[in-house]
Amino acid sequence: MTRVGVALFFTTSAVMQAEKLLQRAGMPVWLIPTPRTLSSDCGIAIRFDEKDRDRVGVLLTEARLESAGIHLVEEADL
Amino acid sequence: MIYLDNAATSWPKPPGVIEAMAEAMRFAGGNPGRSGHRLSVAAARLVYDTREDLARFFGVSEPSRVVFTANATHALNQAIRGLVEPGDRVVVTGMEHNAVMRPLRDLEAQGVEITVAPAEPDGWVPPAALQAALTRPARLVVATHASNVTGTLLPVAEFARIAHEAGAWLVVDAAQTAGAVPIDLNSLDIDLLAFTGHKELYGPPGIGGLVIADHFDPVAIRPLVCGGTGSRSESELQPRDLPDRFESGTPNLPGIAGLGASVSWLRERGFDDIRSHRERIHGALLDGLAHIPGLRVFGTGDVARSVAIVSLTVGDEPVSRVGHRLDQEFGILTRVGLHCAPAAHRSIGSFPGGTVRLAPGLFTTDADVARTLDALRRVAAR
Repeated sequence: MTRVGVALFFTTSAVMQAEKLLQRAGMPVWLIPTPRTLSSDCGIAIRFDEKDRDRVGVLLTEARLESAGIHLVEEADL
Repeated sequence: MIYLDNAATSWPKPPGVIEAMAEAMRFAGGNPGRSGHRLSVAAARLVYDTREDLARFFGVSEPSRVVFTANATHALNQAIRGLVEPGDRVVVTGMEHNAVMRPLRDLEAQGVEITVAPAEPDGWVPPAALQAALTRPARLVVATHASNVTGTLLPVAEFARIAHEAGAWLVVDAAQTAGAVPIDLNSLDIDLLAFTGHKELYGPPGIGGLVIADHFDPVAIRPLVCGGTGSRSESELQPRDLPDRFESGTPNLPGIAGLGASVSWLRERGFDDIRSHRERIHGALLDGLAHIPGLRVFGTGDVARSVAIVSLTVGDEPVSRVGHRLDQEFGILTRVGLHCAPAAHRSIGSFPGGTVRLAPGLFTTDADVARTLDALRRVAAR
């Protein structure tokens, strides 16, 4: 089973800001519908590689971009 | 045809604006932030990119501090009604538009006290007048950045200092200045700034915004409209997060796309070029008008202290007749009357008759100015 990272945010604006931030840092990221297993919300989330988990946390903190949770989930559960 | 009604709405729009709006409808037609599919994501990107551009344009560090509204009126209502409570005092200048005065008069009936810092006959509001109005505590100062009647620019950085010293917040109505003059919220120390997209920013109508300074706590502002934001959907309470707190309901996507395109166009052109064009056209207009007998021209007469708006009367001639003749006989489009700003007209002594307002724009040429002066010479001669 492959695990992937998923970062959730409180607003779409923050998702867009985070996507740009992570892309500029050279990280492969994808926008995905927020997995229902992680949130009851209706918006979008950012998917990234499992190995980038710590860097995503650091970059978001440095940019003072508040996340609504950074998770590692089975790809099959997305 | 010569269009001199840019203070009502700028026309024509720069190349690329209409195309960007159509493209948004064709290729980014989803609801931004509501769904996870590609059309929704494309829409969300477009909204975010425009927000980011505007944040840079107005000198705030967080894009989420630019809140989209329908227009400056909506943004001013959000700021004023969101901050003022019965028993509060609000200080305004004598040059305010009804977008400021009407919400305040409505609040006055609910127990809000309003004090006017009077303007001088040329539209200037001396900082001392604001200082004098703030000898008693006030919650809020609301000031126009430039009058929509005379174009007179007001010293909002000084107003901010005076307001803050008195413990009041400053809301600035930038309807006539956003896009015309550089505005940096941080260096001006303004708390809240209302702008519209369709005037000097050269975007489409139906889109504007409220810019919230980096230092200002947005939770202090009650949302004017509550509803769905696509975020925190598990909760029935309005979110505190920016920009969602103030952006309930589906946004004006084509409007935002058009505004994004016009702001890019303005940035490429640059403020130096915009200023030199404006001062040349405005200066030529003022110089020419000064040589036409029978005209009364309002304002400072100084292009460095004003945006390109000129108000005038022609003898005792009703302004409606002057405006109609300019349109019918010369193809010159102006706006006559009170310009939704009775307070400003009272301040400059043109109430209730009003004025003929000439508002050139970035597409007004020297030849347009010459033809306008010639037309006014003929109108004044009869």
